[in-house]
Amino acid sequence: MELLVATAIGILTAGGIYLVLRLRTFPVILGVSLLTYAVNVFLFASGRLTIGASPILIDGVETYTDPLPQALVLTAIVISFGMTAVVVMIALGAYLGSNDDHVDDPDDAALAAEDAK
Amino acid sequence: MRGELSSDSKHLAPTNGKFVSLFIIVALPFLGALLPGLMNPAGRQACGGVTFMVSLTAFIGLMTNAPAVFAGEVVQVGFNWIPSLGLNFTLMLDPLGFFFAGLILGVGLLIIAYARHYLARSDNMGEFFTYLLLFQGAMVGIVLSDNILLLLIFWELTSLSSFLLIGYWKHLPEGRQGARMALTVTGMGGLAMIGGMLILGQIVGSYDLSVILENRELIQADPLYVPALILILLGCFTKSAQFPFHFWLPHAMAAPTPVSAYLHSATMVKAGIFLMARMWPVLSGTPEWFVIVTGAGLITMVLGAVIALFKHDLKALLAFSTVSHLGLITMLLGTGTAFGALAAMFHILNHATFKAALFMSAGIIDHEAHTRDIRRLGGLRTLMPITFVIATIGALSMAGIPFLNGFLSKEMMLEEAYHTVLFDNHWLVPALAVFGSLFSAAYCFRLIKHTFLGPVRHDYPSKPHDPPFGLWLPPAFLIVLVVGIGVAPFLVEPFVKLVASAMIGGVYEMPDVHFKIWHGLVPALYMSIAAVVGGLVVLAIYRPLLSAWDAAPRPEAKVIFEGLIEAVVAIARRIIHSMHDGAFTRYAAIMTITVIAVGYHAWSTGAVGEATRTMQPVTPIAVAGWLMLVTATAAMMFLHRNRLLSLILIGIVGLMVSVGFVFFSAPDLAMTQITVEVVTIILLLLALNFLPNRTPKESTVLRRTSDAVIALAGGLAITALSYHYLLRVAVVTPLSEFHLANSYKGGGGTNVVNVILVDFRGFDTYGEIIVLGIAALLIYALTEALLNGPVRARLLNRKPDQPRAGDMHPMMMVVLTRVLMPVVMMVGFYIYLRGHNEPGGGFIAGLIVSIGVVMQYMASGFSWASARLRYPYHGVIGAGVLIAGLTGIGSWFAGKPFMTTAFGYFRIPPFDKFELATAMAFDLGVFLAVVGAVMLSLESFSRLARRAHMPEVDEPMDIDPSRDEQPADDAAKRGA
Repeated sequence: MELLVATAIGILTAGGIYLVLRLRTFPVILGVSLLTYAVNVFLFASGRLTIGASPILIDGVETYTDPLPQALVLTAIVISFGMTAVVVMIALGAYLGSNDDHVDDPDDAALAAEDAK
Repeated sequence: MRGELSSDSKHLAPTNGKFVSLFIIVALPFLGALLPGLMNPAGRQACGGVTFMVSLTAFIGLMTNAPAVFAGEVVQVGFNWIPSLGLNFTLMLDPLGFFFAGLILGVGLLIIAYARHYLARSDNMGEFFTYLLLFQGAMVGIVLSDNILLLLIFWELTSLSSFLLIGYWKHLPEGRQGARMALTVTGMGGLAMIGGMLILGQIVGSYDLSVILENRELIQADPLYVPALILILLGCFTKSAQFPFHFWLPHAMAAPTPVSAYLHSATMVKAGIFLMARMWPVLSGTPEWFVIVTGAGLITMVLGAVIALFKHDLKALLAFSTVSHLGLITMLLGTGTAFGALAAMFHILNHATFKAALFMSAGIIDHEAHTRDIRRLGGLRTLMPITFVIATIGALSMAGIPFLNGFLSKEMMLEEAYHTVLFDNHWLVPALAVFGSLFSAAYCFRLIKHTFLGPVRHDYPSKPHDPPFGLWLPPAFLIVLVVGIGVAPFLVEPFVKLVASAMIGGVYEMPDVHFKIWHGLVPALYMSIAAVVGGLVVLAIYRPLLSAWDAAPRPEAKVIFEGLIEAVVAIARRIIHSMHDGAFTRYAAIMTITVIAVGYHAWSTGAVGEATRTMQPVTPIAVAGWLMLVTATAAMMFLHRNRLLSLILIGIVGLMVSVGFVFFSAPDLAMTQITVEVVTIILLLLALNFLPNRTPKESTVLRRTSDAVIALAGGLAITALSYHYLLRVAVVTPLSEFHLANSYKGGGGTNVVNVILVDFRGFDTYGEIIVLGIAALLIYALTEALLNGPVRARLLNRKPDQPRAGDMHPMMMVVLTRVLMPVVMMVGFYIYLRGHNEPGGGFIAGLIVSIGVVMQYMASGFSWASARLRYPYHGVIGAGVLIAGLTGIGSWFAGKPFMTTAFGYFRIPPFDKFELATAMAFDLGVFLAVVGAVMLSLESFSRLARRAHMPEVDEPMDIDPSRDEQPADDAAKRGA
């Protein structure tokens, strides 16, 4: 089971990295979302994997999973929504302003080429 | 540190409230700096008045300390600020500090009164006085600091606030350039000085001035003495405009005249002098000190005097004369004798009085005649008699004419120069001193002759006349001092001697000299006479001298400075642009590779412990979920160009992650994830409405392959890390043991995750809802910016790129969402209520309710839904944060720490017993903040979608059977 989770995290990360390296804003945002999943699952898994032991206290039950990473990840999920929304808004503003959704800034590249001369 | 201070009790005066604490004196200008800005609407009089009162209060506060200072006590107050760095907030008031603080605050008062009348109506007076008070506070801080690190902080503050003051007239390019130049030069000097001070602190082992000043031998014997000395002197020389850093001061003259008068007579440029004086006991007396300080002082004095003679701008002339006089003082400090120190202190006092008066006179002339160019002036004697008297006495004092205070200190300077031997040459210093004084006398005479004497002209830019008394009273007051000290020097003699002996700190005995006008026929008198007569001769042959000067080639400091800056900028640009070429994807790749490489290094050099956990068996359901997640992710890599499809795929990924959370005993997470998933997808869909639907193929195969390699390497690394991590126990007793044990007992809830959120880590959660609210407000602000900018027209005239549905708000959907709304609200409420004991809580309930509201927007249209919105979402966010915060504060009243939960069990017949906890109120805050933030974000996006050719319909349904007629007819009917 641990191997499954580990590979899932790895594949999410790989997918995230690949999309982050794309040239347009939309795939980059999706890539960041994938990375968010990977990070959240990794954080959650730092409480180690437990099946059928929710951290809801019941009389007589002794084993519970680690609730702390869950609490941390819960807020992380909500915050990451906020961050995604901000990034999307910025991307949208940039696109609407310049009719261009490239991630790279050609102006800087041109300046660099000028300097290299 | 306190202990050490008090053990040194011979220095300590009891701070029993007999006098105003030094803290208040330093803090007053800073706190007062808020007032002028606030008083701005109340008018100029109020604005100037409040500034004056602030300075006056600080000045009086300082004066209440005078008895202690004159009694020989050193007033000290302080507390440990950052003891681990040796940074203590300790202040000390000795005669030297008292002298400078008195100058700063006293001249400050006159300048404030003067500036009130000087500034034009179009100038923002509140802003000006705010800067001025900031500067004043920083200066007072410098002279009262007992800790050199604290002193450095104030030092930098003076650089910054003087930048604001010099560049106050932002519309003038000279003002901006002058301010930048001053900041660059003094800032660089300050940087050097930080280094020097740190070395000094290291040598002594303490950053407290009172300790450092007692370790002269230790410091001068240290091999790092010379580097420390040079670095500190760099700071002093740049600040006090000593050669070769003198060039910034004349350019700073672009500032309003009150600023010039304040910064360049009594304060800013004296800061460097003050520091040299402060450090004098430990740094002076060595050959290095002597050669550097005296040498730089001499050169500056002569150079400044010569240049000043040929300047036509009154303020430029005064600026270079200031440079020259600062050189004079520096030279005196450099000689390292007690007599030199005494002369330096005396000249600081005298220079502050006559130079401030002269600057203010120049300001008056500029104010009234609308020009400061000496060539366009002349004959003002009869037109501006009061200004004439003030300026003439000031200038004669500066020239060194008897019965004025400048004569006395200049005489002492010549006396000291006569005895100073530089480079084994008995003639060098005296000759240069006379030469400098000669030119000094010459430019003073020129100032008087070319401005005031001569025939009245008829081509002044504006008809000059004496200003109202508000402008001439402050300089007149100073001129009274100039004459008073000049005629009766014995009045200030004890005070100056006290200051000088505090400055030399017991290194030497104070010589038994007296300030007198007549010392007999001493060499200094002959030198003085030679200088004055020479000055008159130079003025007589001024015209040929000027043409010779204009013809002579000479380096222009500004050009050199700008060339230097440009070279540095070019180098910086070359380095930065070769690394930052604007390709963000490249930065991302570089960062990923670096992280992987560093991780690999750690992996290959570290050791991996034995696995302590056994692998759990794999179930078929888990494999199925894993397969779906992996397939969706992999499919995204190949299909991501179709953006809508990739949204569906990422939805699958999110769903599988939620299922995974349920599977691994995290019901709360699963509920959060799935609800967030819904709003995120709606958000991305809204965004996709504006963005192109497809990503074009742009990158080369090679590029994609290399990206894939990086991605796979990253994925592999994370897999390996997670796998090893999951099979080992990192901590034997996890923190959450405590949470599990105390959740019910202390927090009153059985859902430990929720209790952690609202209780154990409530402060954390509180911060997070604030961040969420800020993010939503940011989105709102960005939307507003877009809608008010040039994008607006584009948005309004946008043509849809795909065919629109004929029925945008289908009846079925409208009806269904309305039926669902109460159900959703009830579910939300239920989830919220049970959160403390069962999976649920404010976060999840907030998301659920948001989805319910969003459904109304989607089904019935934006305008219909927002017309029924009773509370703005900003307010909802604010209410949430407030409720959560107030709940937390509530526990203070019970004498508990912030955010302690209280709970109890209640029973209202016929219902079952139920629990009420303050945590519920906190969770309500969380709930509201989440609803507000989510809705504000989504609403902002939707607002972008409104278009010009789409009429705003108030009706929820496009086709409504209950409506007989078309909306347009309906409206017409209602109108009739």
